[in-house]
Amino acid sequence: MSRPILHRQGAPAAAESWIAGGTNLVDLMKLGIEQPAGLVDLGPRRATLSGIADADGGLTLGAMTTLAETERDLRIQRDYPAVHLALALAASPQIREMATLGGNLLQRTRCTYFRDGHSPCNKRAPGTGCSAIGGDDAALAILGTSENCMANYPGDLAVALVMLGADMSVEDRDGRRRRIAVQDLYRLPGATPNHETTLAHGDLITAIHLPVPTWTGQTYVKLRDRASYAFASASAAVALEFDGSKVSSARITIGGLATVPWRCAAAEGRLIGRVLDERTAMETGRACLAEATPSPTQDHKVELGARAVAKALVVASHMHFSIKAGHSDGP
Amino acid sequence: MMLTINGTDHPIPDDIRRTLLDFMREDLGLVGTKKGCDHGQCGACTVHVDGRRILSCLQLAATVPGAVTTIEGIVTEGDLHPMQAAFLEHDAYQCGYCTPGQIMSAIACVNEGHIRSDREIAEWMSGNLCRCAAYTQIRAAIRACTLQTAEAST
Repeated sequence: MSRPILHRQGAPAAAESWIAGGTNLVDLMKLGIEQPAGLVDLGPRRATLSGIADADGGLTLGAMTTLAETERDLRIQRDYPAVHLALALAASPQIREMATLGGNLLQRTRCTYFRDGHSPCNKRAPGTGCSAIGGDDAALAILGTSENCMANYPGDLAVALVMLGADMSVEDRDGRRRRIAVQDLYRLPGATPNHETTLAHGDLITAIHLPVPTWTGQTYVKLRDRASYAFASASAAVALEFDGSKVSSARITIGGLATVPWRCAAAEGRLIGRVLDERTAMETGRACLAEATPSPTQDHKVELGARAVAKALVVASHMHFSIKAGHSDGP
Repeated sequence: MMLTINGTDHPIPDDIRRTLLDFMREDLGLVGTKKGCDHGQCGACTVHVDGRRILSCLQLAATVPGAVTTIEGIVTEGDLHPMQAAFLEHDAYQCGYCTPGQIMSAIACVNEGHIRSDREIAEWMSGNLCRCAAYTQIRAAIRACTLQTAEAST
């Protein structure tokens, strides 16, 4: 491989790539999975592309704001606890100081067959097949899979953002801007698992827009194989509003178990008008996994996902009723 | 383009694939920072950029966003940094390979204020693995250093 070139301005040419925090890209370059002919360093644009600003009752997050900077923001801690927890439970403190919000949304799967550089993998080498199907699939997806790929989306932040209905600003290589929902960034693997997002080459995420925080109960629950610094075995982001004792609005998204951040619209609808007790929470959790297609070695993941949702619903519900009763713990 | 490490400016390497870690160890002879996994999983290569802790193995030398401080840069006039002294005092290592990264991370952990309980220290030090499992002593060193700093400032 020839030595790549570094640009300090402009947009990446064909076979070139943007680089921001680099935590995922540099790792994949070392593994030979990514072999860019050149890199365009976003460092010189950091001043204009980072920072958190109030915006019509919501917040605009510059895409080059680091995960750690976002996590430290008091508005995030106070008004967007699901986002705060998704960040605080992500990666390690050092990686959170490096990684940017935009880059985090675009991180690649940790499927070991994708990362080993040689196994047949339709995502890395289209048309070669999928080694995970029928292979070691315990860490991989049970929702949104296809006969070509079962790699899971590994991130935390996107799960919280999709749950909130956040959108983002994207700039194309000619500087034209558009807004798209974070949910619409991700593509199901289908027949082309190598096409992971709806972005075109040279597109750049410039900002993430958080909506006005109307929810009174909101959280992110992450279950993992060790106490800290691990990808989610299953996770759930939820936000609730209540009318008296009954749920009037519910949003639920699942992470760790799906090929994309997985919104559970049908299960959300079942909660409306009901009192949220632990039994209802567990029923809702199971409903969120209704479409799961686990292999025989993935059976446990259905229960894990259902319990992640149930726990998040109970925590969010307690948050609402304790704030209402004036027992807010505060940050 | 220059890169500042421990107060000294260096021209950035020609090969832009050079990580900050390899640049420091192999080109500059700054071997205090250690290479463990080289994939951001162990924390042995932790250094500070503008006071924040980062992993030098995942940082390209050509795109470092600020001034770097390494384990060699925290000694003042020959005196150990209080965190280094606390690690010695509390036997917070066995083989010592992860120690420079542990110390750089521990200094940041204290500066960030993530030291209210052993559990909080454990969570905020989770990016630094110690295969000798000196975790109990590492937490003791961080607690002691925190107390010492608090007493010194009152």
